[in-house]
Amino acid sequence: MNKNQLLLGDEAIALGALHAGLGGVYAYPGTPSTEITEYIQNHPLAGERGVHSRWCTNEKTAMEAALGLSYAGRRALVCMKHVGMNVCADAFVNAAITGVNGGVVVVAADDPGMHSSQNEQDSRFYGKFSMVPVLEPSNQQEAYDMMAPAFELSEQLRLPVLLRVVTRLAHSRANVSVGEACELRQLGVDKGNQWVLLPVNARRQYKSLIEKQPTLQAASEASAFNREEAGPCSGGLGVIACGIGYNYVRENENLPISGLLKVSQYPLPEEAVRRLAAQSSELMVVEDGQPVVEEGVKALLGSGYRVRGRLTGDLPRTGELNPDCVAQALGCPEREGAAEARQVVGRPPALCPGCGHRDVYAALHEVVAEYPEARIFGDIGCYTLGALPPFSALASCVDMGASITMAKGAADGGLFPAIAVIGDSTFTHSGMTGLLDAVNDGSNITVIISDNLTTAMTGGQDSAGTSKFEAICVGLGVAPEHVRVVVPLPKNMPEITRILREEINYQGVSVIIPRRECIQTLSRKLRQQKQKKES
Amino acid sequence: MKKDIILCGVGGQGILSIATVIGEAATQAGLQLKQAEVHGMSQRGGDVQSNLRLSTEPIYSDLIARGSADLIISMEPMEALRYVGYLAPGAWTVSSSEPFVNIPNYPDTDSLLAELKERQNVETLPIEALAREHQVPKSANMILLGMAAAHLEILSPEALRQAISAVFARKGEAIVAANLKAFDLGLNAAK
Repeated sequence: MNKNQLLLGDEAIALGALHAGLGGVYAYPGTPSTEITEYIQNHPLAGERGVHSRWCTNEKTAMEAALGLSYAGRRALVCMKHVGMNVCADAFVNAAITGVNGGVVVVAADDPGMHSSQNEQDSRFYGKFSMVPVLEPSNQQEAYDMMAPAFELSEQLRLPVLLRVVTRLAHSRANVSVGEACELRQLGVDKGNQWVLLPVNARRQYKSLIEKQPTLQAASEASAFNREEAGPCSGGLGVIACGIGYNYVRENENLPISGLLKVSQYPLPEEAVRRLAAQSSELMVVEDGQPVVEEGVKALLGSGYRVRGRLTGDLPRTGELNPDCVAQALGCPEREGAAEARQVVGRPPALCPGCGHRDVYAALHEVVAEYPEARIFGDIGCYTLGALPPFSALASCVDMGASITMAKGAADGGLFPAIAVIGDSTFTHSGMTGLLDAVNDGSNITVIISDNLTTAMTGGQDSAGTSKFEAICVGLGVAPEHVRVVVPLPKNMPEITRILREEINYQGVSVIIPRRECIQTLSRKLRQQKQKKES
Repeated sequence: MKKDIILCGVGGQGILSIATVIGEAATQAGLQLKQAEVHGMSQRGGDVQSNLRLSTEPIYSDLIARGSADLIISMEPMEALRYVGYLAPGAWTVSSSEPFVNIPNYPDTDSLLAELKERQNVETLPIEALAREHQVPKSANMILLGMAAAHLEILSPEALRQAISAVFARKGEAIVAANLKAFDLGLNAAK
């Protein structure tokens, strides 16, 4: 019997995957995807069945390990935020060429509106680019319901399936009717040579991927997740709504439209689009993210048919959709809201009081003042907040690991001092290879690995390199006497600033590791210990 | 019947606990619910809000439309003012009257509180001070929930009390009792 559970979109995905006989989840934390893996880590069924759920070092290692699990005959889930798709793209795109054995579902959690991200890239492009099916749930229930069919589709087509969600689905709770778990899925180990992408095999496999495309198309046309709903005004405006865009349309009652096509499975169901176009005078595409479907529909129907959406300015070109902009685009009367307040100012996030990163920036602030040409290249994590007042310390923050490599490139161009600030988890994710480049080039840079023993920004997940950083840096070739460890506390300021000066003045690669546990994970640990004592 | 609620405050003030209690009560009552939360970067001392929608009918959007919210529940007075444009005519605002000043350009607090109080249907209490005074220093957010209970309508105060007991049960009886006491403080003050 089904039972009702209040679940985040992320949790619905996790539970749906577990119930579909999942063998393992492979992921690197990233907002808004983190809670999928955490839910599996904490679920008793995952423990009982030995479902793999330990965090990976980055999205590429995650995707590759998932492929290995699939090769061995089990179902694998890979989770990441949208920019993680860029990191795993090599593995992801080629997984469409090798194909899969046990089902592989890749969850990309997009962040339209950039709540916690550096861009608004739309992962549906990766699905199109790789020529694999894409699913896009419209609500938490559908996210749960999609998981078993997603794995089945993956095994039937022998292709990875991409599940695309957005922040508002991932981080919103709703009632979900939950069924029973099916058995742990176990197929035989694969024996074919399609996994060996030598050109001779790859050419054959790529052809086979092309030949599968009509099957993907037919699956979309027949998909229960794509749905045509009739409207009251035949010959009027037809609406295509993708993923959660459907909710913003349905939020308005008695819409004067000819029909509504809900799209939650791709490739775009072209026959359904043609049917809607035939009964409408024009179409409106409501999709969160980039105008993927809008472009597709325009190409399908030709320049003679009017298609409205983000490209035409009917909906905003950037930012996430909301009920207001969709209602406006559909011509609904504006609601009279209360007058705005007069005295509200912005309240940006800030580093926590007592955070070790604060002491790192305080020390840098003091030392860098002595070098007017100094630049500090930042990276992705809590410490990116060092870009904001009162520190205003950072020259850049681009992608995971770019602090070290940008500092190296700037040093190549004669900039001195070139300083990189990177966190412990980001360093193992994508900083190590850049450090090796710098060592091999003898670049004159100072790298600060601000080690708080956790992946803090996403809520305190285990960090892959904890207790290994000195050994990693020395192993990569940094001179042992230029790998320095300090404890970032106000009382140690004289020592930290002295070491900073010494290492900046050293001609070559030096690494300073300020190490002190994240104040959030520390206080959580202390709370849990206290609770244990009391009970 | 539906209730669209904006819960707001500053990251770390405990608005998600309020949302959890209302969510538990709504689930027990068999209501439909959607609750959009904010995770990630803004939890670090920035402004945070959660859109909480309760209804006897199916709910589509995770987000509340402007001009249609029935209630703002705010842990901080300036944060309450940040979302007033979402309120429907006749809607209520319950808020802490204690400013949380963690930015250099926070408005003059007297003038800010005056602006909040001159708006229609606003109730404020110094919830942190009340919580300390009544020896429940960690339950200020439940005082606020008690204040809001009078305007929730779709859920009874008794349903919220039961949800508090259920949500905090794993933390022990003392914490359940403190939160219930705080809730009643808010409820009685609002009456």
